[in-house]
Amino acid sequence: MLNDIQKHILQAVADMAQIPDGAVNIRTDGQKAFRQNSEHIAITSKQDKDGIDIRIAPGTKDESVHIPVVLTQSGFHDMVYNDFFVGEGADVTIVAGCGIHNCGDCDSEHDGIHTFYVGKNAKVRYIEKHYGEGEGRGKRVLNPQTVLYLEEGAQVTLETSQIRGVDDTKRYTRAELNGADAEITVQEKLLTHGAQNAVSEMDIILNGKNTKTQVISRSVAQEDSTQVFYPRVQGNNACFGHVQCDSIIMGDAKVRSIPEIACNHVDASLIHEAAIGKIAGEQILKLMTLGLSHEEAEQKILDGFLR
Amino acid sequence: MLELRNVSYQAAGENGPVGILRDINLCIEDKRFLVITGPNGGGKTTLAKIIMGIYQPTQGQILWNGTDITGLSISERAKLGIAYGFQQPPRFKGLKVRDLLSIAAGQPLSHDAACAYLTRVGLCARDYLERDVDTSLSGGEVKRVEIATVLARQSALMIFDEPEAGIDLWSFARLTETFRDLHDEKKSTILIISHQERIIRLADEILLVSGGQLAARGPVEEIYPKIMQQTVTGCNLLEVDKKC
Repeated sequence: MLNDIQKHILQAVADMAQIPDGAVNIRTDGQKAFRQNSEHIAITSKQDKDGIDIRIAPGTKDESVHIPVVLTQSGFHDMVYNDFFVGEGADVTIVAGCGIHNCGDCDSEHDGIHTFYVGKNAKVRYIEKHYGEGEGRGKRVLNPQTVLYLEEGAQVTLETSQIRGVDDTKRYTRAELNGADAEITVQEKLLTHGAQNAVSEMDIILNGKNTKTQVISRSVAQEDSTQVFYPRVQGNNACFGHVQCDSIIMGDAKVRSIPEIACNHVDASLIHEAAIGKIAGEQILKLMTLGLSHEEAEQKILDGFLR
Repeated sequence: MLELRNVSYQAAGENGPVGILRDINLCIEDKRFLVITGPNGGGKTTLAKIIMGIYQPTQGQILWNGTDITGLSISERAKLGIAYGFQQPPRFKGLKVRDLLSIAAGQPLSHDAACAYLTRVGLCARDYLERDVDTSLSGGEVKRVEIATVLARQSALMIFDEPEAGIDLWSFARLTETFRDLHDEKKSTILIISHQERIIRLADEILLVSGGQLAARGPVEEIYPKIMQQTVTGCNLLEVDKKC
C-alpha cells in the first residue's frame, strides 16, 4: 500500500511504525490511502470539497485519531479541509501532521485547514508535526490553518512542531473560547535553517467568562532563515491569558516577534513576554565543563529548548 | 598532581590591561582538600576558571599529572578529570535535572544513580529529577543541582566555587557532610572557594588569595586563626610586598 519513503514520513510526522488503534485516515498525494473508524469515531469524506469530517461521539474516551498527510510527488499542490466535531465530555488525542518528500525541481505544497468544534467539557490533545525532506530544488511548502471553537468547560492542548526541512510556512491559528471556563494551551515549536521562511500568526479570543489561555512559542532560527510571530490574545470577559515567545537566533537569521494583548473587559488579565537572543555563552561553558564539545553543547541546548 | 607555574592573567580594562592574577606558583598533591579564601575581587574565581580552562592565562603553565594542559580546551580538561562547579550556574530552558546529571555522568543515569547524587546535595529525586533547570528553581536549588553535576563527573579534581552561596542552613549542613565524605573517600582532590568556617575547617590546607597573588598557604589550624585574628583590624596576611 505504502512505499518506503511514505512509511518513513509517516514515522517522522505521526510516530506511526504501523497502523495504530483508533480512527485513522492516511492521505498520500491528494488521495485517500487508508481509512479505519473506531467504535466511537467516524471519518467520512466531504462531498462538496476535498477533505474529511471526523465525528467523535459524546463521552468518547481512550480512543485516538491519526490523520497524517504525505506528499511525495514533486510539484503537487494539495488543499484539504478537515473538520472535527468533538462531542460533549469526550477525551481524545488527535495526531495530525504532514510530511513532504520533494526530490524534484517543482514546489510541493500542502495547505490544510482544520476546524474544531469542541463540545461542552470535552478534552482534546492535538499533536501536529511538519517535516520536509528530499534533495530536489523544489520548495517544500506547508500552510496550515487551525480554527477552533470551544464550548463551556472545553479544554484543548495544541502541540505543533516544525523541525527542519520546510522551506516556507505560513501558519494561522484562531481559537474562539465562547463557553465559560474553556481553556486552551498552545505549544509551538519551530526550527528553520538555510533560507527558510516561517510566519506564525495566532488569534486567541477569550469570549467566555473565566476562560484561560497559555501560549508558549519556542523557536530556533539558524543560518539565513527568517521567522515572524504574531501571537494575539483578546480578552472580552473575565479571563486570563499568558503569551510567552522565546527565540534563539543563530548565524545570519532574522526573527521578529510581535505579541499583542487586548483587554476589552475590566476583569481580563493578559500578559505577554517575548525574548530573542543567541545561546547564552555561560550555558555552553557549563556543558563543556561536563565534557561536551562546543558543538555538542550547542546541540544539547537546542534539543532541550525545542523538546 | 596539579601544578601552576608562573601563571598570570590580565584582562582588558578602561585604561589598558589590568592584572587579575600575578605570577601564581602552586602545587597541589593528589587527594588533598584545599580551601581557597580571601577578600572579594582578589582573584579566587579567576584562578579556578584558569584551572578549568574557562580563562586562558596570559602567561605561565598549568600541568595536570605532569601533562601541560595550558593549551587544552574546557572539554579536553573535563575529559582528563577536572570538574568545576560555577558560583552562579546558568539556567536552561528545556533541560531537566535528569538531563544535566546524565550529561555529567557521560551516560543516561538510572533513577537510583541520579537519586544518589541529588541526595548528597539535599534534594529529593522524586521532586527534582524531571524539573527543568530554569527560573522555576530557586537560586539555592540551582546551586545544589550544580554541585550534584560536579559529583556526577566523578572527577579526580573537583573545584567548587562558593558552594555555600545562596544555600539555606539545613542544606548547607548536608553539603558540609558531603564534602567531608568526599574527602574521607580519598578518591579526588578537592578545591573549594569558600568563606565559611565550617567548610574551611574540613580542609587540609588554606590558600589565601589576595590582590591576584597567593598571599599565604598552610594548614588550616595555622592559617585560619591568623586570618580571624587580623580581620577585625585589617589582615597583615593580605599584604603582599608591603602593599595591601
